[in-house]
Amino acid sequence: MSYGKVDSNPQIDQFREQILAAAQTQTPLSIQGGGTKAWYGNVNTFTKLDTRAYSGILEYQPEELVITACAGTPLKDITAALAEKNQILPFEPPHFGEGATFGGAIAAGLAGPGRITAGNLRDFVLGARIMDGKGQALSFGGKVMKNVAGYDISRLLPGSLGTLALLLEASVKVLPKPAATATLRCSLPQARALTLLNEWAGQPIPLSASCWIGSTSSDQVGELTIRLAGAVAAVKSAIPLINSVINTTELDPNVATAFWTDLREQQLSVFTNLQDDETLYRLALPAACGPLTLSNGQDDIALEWHGQQRWFKAPSDDTTFTAIKNLANIHGGHASRFRQGSHVDPSKQRFTLLSEQTHSAALEAVQARLRAAFDPAGVFATHRLP
Amino acid sequence: MIPMNMVTPPPELAAITALQSKLVEALRPILPEYALLWEPEDTIPYECDGLAAYRRMPLAVALPETEAQVSQILKVCFAMQIPVVPRGAGTGLSGGAMPISQGLVLSLAKLKKIIKIDPFTRTAVVQPGVRNLAISEAVAHLGLYYAPDPSSQIACSIGGNVNENSGGVHCLKYGLTLHNVLRVRGILMNGEIVEFGSHAPDSPGLDLLAVVIGSEGMLAVVTEVTVKLVAKPKLARVIMASFDNIEKGGDAVAAIIAAGIIPAGLEMMDKATTRAVEEFVHAGYDLEAEVILLCESDGTPEEVEEEIERMTRVLENAGASGIRISQDESERLKFWSGRKNAFPAAGRLAADYYCMDGTIPRRHIATLLRRIQAMEKKYGLACLNVFHAGDGNMHPLILFNGADQEEWHRAEDFGTEILEACVELDGTITGEHGVGIEKINTMCVQFGEGERESFWGVKSAFDPERLMNPNKAIPTLSRCAEYGRMRISGGKLPHPELERF
Ligand SMILES: Cc1cc2nc3c(=O)[nH]c(=O)nc-3n(C[C@H](O)[C@H](O)[C@H](O)COP(=O)(O)OP(=O)(O)OC[C@H]3O[C@@H](n4cnc5c(N)ncnc54)[C@H](O)[C@@H]3O)c2cc1C
Ligand SMILES: Cc1cc2nc3c(=O)[nH]c(=O)nc-3n(C[C@H](O)[C@H](O)[C@H](O)COP(=O)(O)OP(=O)(O)OC[C@H]3O[C@@H](n4cnc5c(N)ncnc54)[C@H](O)[C@@H]3O)c2cc1C
Repeated sequence: MSYGKVDSNPQIDQFREQILAAAQTQTPLSIQGGGTKAWYGNVNTFTKLDTRAYSGILEYQPEELVITACAGTPLKDITAALAEKNQILPFEPPHFGEGATFGGAIAAGLAGPGRITAGNLRDFVLGARIMDGKGQALSFGGKVMKNVAGYDISRLLPGSLGTLALLLEASVKVLPKPAATATLRCSLPQARALTLLNEWAGQPIPLSASCWIGSTSSDQVGELTIRLAGAVAAVKSAIPLINSVINTTELDPNVATAFWTDLREQQLSVFTNLQDDETLYRLALPAACGPLTLSNGQDDIALEWHGQQRWFKAPSDDTTFTAIKNLANIHGGHASRFRQGSHVDPSKQRFTLLSEQTHSAALEAVQARLRAAFDPAGVFATHRLP
Repeated sequence: MIPMNMVTPPPELAAITALQSKLVEALRPILPEYALLWEPEDTIPYECDGLAAYRRMPLAVALPETEAQVSQILKVCFAMQIPVVPRGAGTGLSGGAMPISQGLVLSLAKLKKIIKIDPFTRTAVVQPGVRNLAISEAVAHLGLYYAPDPSSQIACSIGGNVNENSGGVHCLKYGLTLHNVLRVRGILMNGEIVEFGSHAPDSPGLDLLAVVIGSEGMLAVVTEVTVKLVAKPKLARVIMASFDNIEKGGDAVAAIIAAGIIPAGLEMMDKATTRAVEEFVHAGYDLEAEVILLCESDGTPEEVEEEIERMTRVLENAGASGIRISQDESERLKFWSGRKNAFPAAGRLAADYYCMDGTIPRRHIATLLRRIQAMEKKYGLACLNVFHAGDGNMHPLILFNGADQEEWHRAEDFGTEILEACVELDGTITGEHGVGIEKINTMCVQFGEGERESFWGVKSAFDPERLMNPNKAIPTLSRCAEYGRMRISGGKLPHPELERF
């Protein structure tokens, strides 16, 4: 399948040489784009495979709602090209620094505030060209919205953190920028916020993001910010509807944009000022999950995605992490040490293991065989993701 | 629809009978008597799925009623090394559920409970045999519905939808099965129960749910699915626009999307189709138009009004020769009736029709339609075009007479050439029906050896002994080599520049 690809691209040849050499010596390579999140996931000190030289947008036709680019392309180039045509990446990947790359964003698989209505990054991946641990360049998926030929291997890359294959190129679906947006804010307790958000989400209200920030003790009042986005008429008619339930104030558009950007880039105080022995924990939870008693009840926590993604700071030790993981598991979710303070032992496991999840243990063997199929010599076995 | 000319002759009859007795004996303690079928008169309804050209009799058919039974059946088959073909409602159009002569058909049709409906989290937990439409019916009173709507939704099962990653008219705006399923509970070939995804927004490890969806019954038997439900739009209206040439119609599709509009549905019919269906449904279609577009808008009344106005403007600028907007629900349904009845209408025009399923980038719609016109002449067969224009998913219906072997082969070649053209235009050989047994050869056109080897790697990761629905969807190296030779020696290899093996 054509990807605007040239098989004997010198940059790709260089990746192949590096991969084949690593396979021969059985030493893993740590794939790196901008390195803006070298701290995310389990750490490793293996030799870097730098993707940045393989850069550029290969194809972008706004009427197809698809952009195809090389993995090393700066994320900001992609968003700028889209903005010119009034289009966006609806999952809103944070950039965290100038250097963030397209491939890094996909391999990290994370999404920003828009995820709850727009879908996650994986939902937008249509196809990918990868290089496996044998140095083969392989294309999966494609550039069209509907494609069910073969297993959906391109969608295994999001969130794989460089542990499965090297992403060379990817095609992602993009969307038109919403015609209108409005941001509303009010004060209310966590439990009430969670109930309202889920109720609204079941109604034809163009809710596109939400964030509640407050103290971890559940009866305290916190600040709820919600974003509406969609057709002009839809946004206009939703505001009185929401205000009939709870009194909100509409934020000035500039203030609103700054808030959502700071949330996406984790610049709000709930994320920053991490103490040396502290960890920023992330919980992913089902929609039904009410307030949880987390940490010592004094610090702030942030609830995004109508409560399905929760952030808070707590001590880094294993006992704390185990308790948090168990709590998440009981409620049908999982937890990770998203970011750790500078004095934390870097060798600590950051993620929930499959074996720690109900009904997932048997998948550990499947995952291991899958990795071995793509990467028999362990070139990408950096254990950045367990 | 398609003639019975592909019946595979059964292998050694005696050996089969012995194996059958052994299997039946082993399964008897697990299932009630009525849930295990092996006499030919009982198993014959299972010899094919919706693609009736490919038929085969299985060793036996098991109809478990509980997840525990499914797991036990798989354990028995695993121990005996007997292949298993999972089956939902059997509406698949690519032969994915076609039996294997030395294998068991595992029907999930009796697992049809809706386990939980949760309006607060907008989810439903259902067993795999629940029909697609039954989900929307069960939640209608809550103002919710399940968005992916394959045309077969009255009959097809959610387990089948998961395995085919099915979509329908609404998937341009609301996505495919992949985008609407949170969690799948399944059983691996060795009988182990596992869960892919979860009710949380993401799960630990690699995203195996993304691979299981669309895996055509080859990786795990699905025993439970959690689907997302969405708010039923308050209103829907549709614009019917006519164009006096194909290019204008194709450009109009691109223009709507380029204008930043994602319609709830964007479907196209060519003249041959409108003429065929008008006789059938009397919807008042413009019979002079070369193509007709149906563009639907849904949402709140204000949103719909705004969007209909914008779409009308775009369609006018794109050179529509006629525009009609549905004034009420009955008119909307009337406009859609022809689209929905295109298949039966095709069935009235010819003894048989062969439905293809390729996807191309939207901008190539007119190019492909023109090519198909040329192919109609080349093969001497007529073709109706009615398709999901919004996502470039084409469904050419090739008309032929199945009583004539030679004509069926011509229809097959015609179909293959269309799929090869889709690949050449940067598209794919299947948008929603799956590869199954039908398109296994064209997989050699779309994928090279390395990709196919990776597919086998995925298969073996889930099912190391390759017992679950084996030899479907992913062609072997030798199969592709043979296919390549066949196409070349026929002297009609259409795109020699494409990598084949
Ligand atoms: C504090 C912080 C919070 C973040 N939060 C979010 C968030 O909420 N949502 C979100 O979407 N993003 C989030 N990110 C991610 C960030 O915006 C993107 O991941 C960024 O674009 C990463 O790009 P990079 O090139 O710097 O990746 P790197 O830091 O270089 O790499 C990230 C990971 O991807 C792998 N990788 C990189 N390139 C490739 C490739 N070509 N093939 C295979 N593997 C590859 C690496 O091995 C590594 O595991 C966050 C980042 C930071 C720093
Ligand atoms: C008239 C008509 C119109 C159609 N329109 C569309 C359309 O618009 N869009 C579309 O996407 N499809 C369409 N289809 C195709 C078909 O209906 C879908 O592919 C559907 O999802 C198949 O569901 P099923 O329950 O009938 O599955 P089956 O045909 O029984 O099986 C399909 C595949 O899934 C596997 N499978 C089924 N259930 C399970 C399970 N529980 N666990 C593991 N594997 C399983 C089988 O092994 C097989 O490979 C149409 C078919 C017809 C006949």
